[in-house]
Amino acid sequence: MKRVVITGLGAVTPLGVGARRLHARWSAGDCGIEDGVGRCSEFEPTDVLSAKEVRRSDRFTQLALAASAEALEDAGWADELPHDPASIGCVIGTGIGGLGSMESGHDVLRDRGAGRVSPLLVPMMMTNAAAGVVAMRHGLRGQSFSIGSACAAGSNAIGVATRMIQSGDATAVLAGGAEATLTPLATAAFGAMEATSKIGISRPFDARRDGFVMGEGAGVLVLEDADAAEARGAQVLGEVLGYAATSDAHHLTAPDPEGRGAAEAIRRALDDADLSPDDIDYVNAHGTSTQLNDRAETGALKSALGEHAYRVPVSSTKSAVGHLLGAAGAVEAIATVLALADRVAPPTLGYEEPDEDMGLDYVPGSAQALPERSGSKPPVALSNSFGFGGHNAVLCLGGVG
Amino acid sequence: MSTTTTTERVERVVIETIEGFGPDAEVTRDATFEALDVDSLDLVELGQIVDDEFGVKLEASDVGELKTVGDAIDLVAARAS
Repeated sequence: MKRVVITGLGAVTPLGVGARRLHARWSAGDCGIEDGVGRCSEFEPTDVLSAKEVRRSDRFTQLALAASAEALEDAGWADELPHDPASIGCVIGTGIGGLGSMESGHDVLRDRGAGRVSPLLVPMMMTNAAAGVVAMRHGLRGQSFSIGSACAAGSNAIGVATRMIQSGDATAVLAGGAEATLTPLATAAFGAMEATSKIGISRPFDARRDGFVMGEGAGVLVLEDADAAEARGAQVLGEVLGYAATSDAHHLTAPDPEGRGAAEAIRRALDDADLSPDDIDYVNAHGTSTQLNDRAETGALKSALGEHAYRVPVSSTKSAVGHLLGAAGAVEAIATVLALADRVAPPTLGYEEPDEDMGLDYVPGSAQALPERSGSKPPVALSNSFGFGGHNAVLCLGGVG
Repeated sequence: MSTTTTTERVERVVIETIEGFGPDAEVTRDATFEALDVDSLDLVELGQIVDDEFGVKLEASDVGELKTVGDAIDLVAARAS
């Protein structure tokens, strides 16, 4: 089986523009949530896009374009694609797609009539817009599509891209997720579900958690066939060692209370990587700050990792940026790769009051150094993502030696 | 309203609308839609705006014939006057 390495990273998050900026600020304990919202306030679309691109794209696509441009530059692809363009894919997940465009389009329909609805509305709101526009901008002519699995979409995108490379269908894939749903409709709808925090604080695993804080952003990784990456002398930032996805088949929005589907995905991701629980140095949790997720995820980790669950540091990026929905898995995979490179577990910000019976090491306070391994063995992490609909996606990611 | 005034207004609205599409090149009467990277989706939006401003309906068959900014200005001005 072909090995899949990570050769470029790009992210736009509430902690700023740039993958390394996300890692540096989260590790330092900075929080990008303001007034109960994780907005990408540093992101200025015209910094990276032409006026025409801005006018013809929804914000989720704009965020994906910015993250993709950074990832390609990081991979050394800025001037020229290093492989046959038809062998380079683009898979960008999203939870909802261009909801802001749809809301404005509906305003036009209601206020000015059907004849004034923009011909750009459909190509802006469709969930595959980000994948299509990124492929178009960079001339990627391999498979491109979106993945729809709610808040697991970013991780599923990376997993599916990994399979594309392993099977030989692609030599490289830009994979990630993008979301921009800080809109009145989405805010009202998530609020109606009582999924979002009423107090506007994201503190995963803390006993006082009361829901997630909605965020926006995008994360994109350049994944490459390891042999092809080596042949071109690429920098290698990490490796996708394993991936698995399962379904709860339980409830529209609530996780299985015991986290059985999530535990199965963790076990299968470890099997796929040919690793055992003791090999895991860090877990980047889904950790949404909802009562149900954080308890079910803790149960899943205990079930899948056994006693090792109590030894491994577990932290949630959502404590620093909120819940980026379809972008979350990709942004968190990026945060995980950079944490492994730095050999730290960034903290779960705001975690102070342990919840009854949960009891894992949620990395309170400040970043922890990862324990040393014998020899030069690279560190290994899990990155979990779970979505409404019962979708579970788990990535097993390796650092470099 | 005199014909001259209408033509001037049409020219201003059409040019400002196309400038709003964010082309790389300068929007002049002689500029072609191809050079300005203005496509059929943009021209539908232009049609909506000239309908709002001048009550002129551009059909797909009309739009297909337009090559330059001046072609669009002349067609709209002829129907608006």
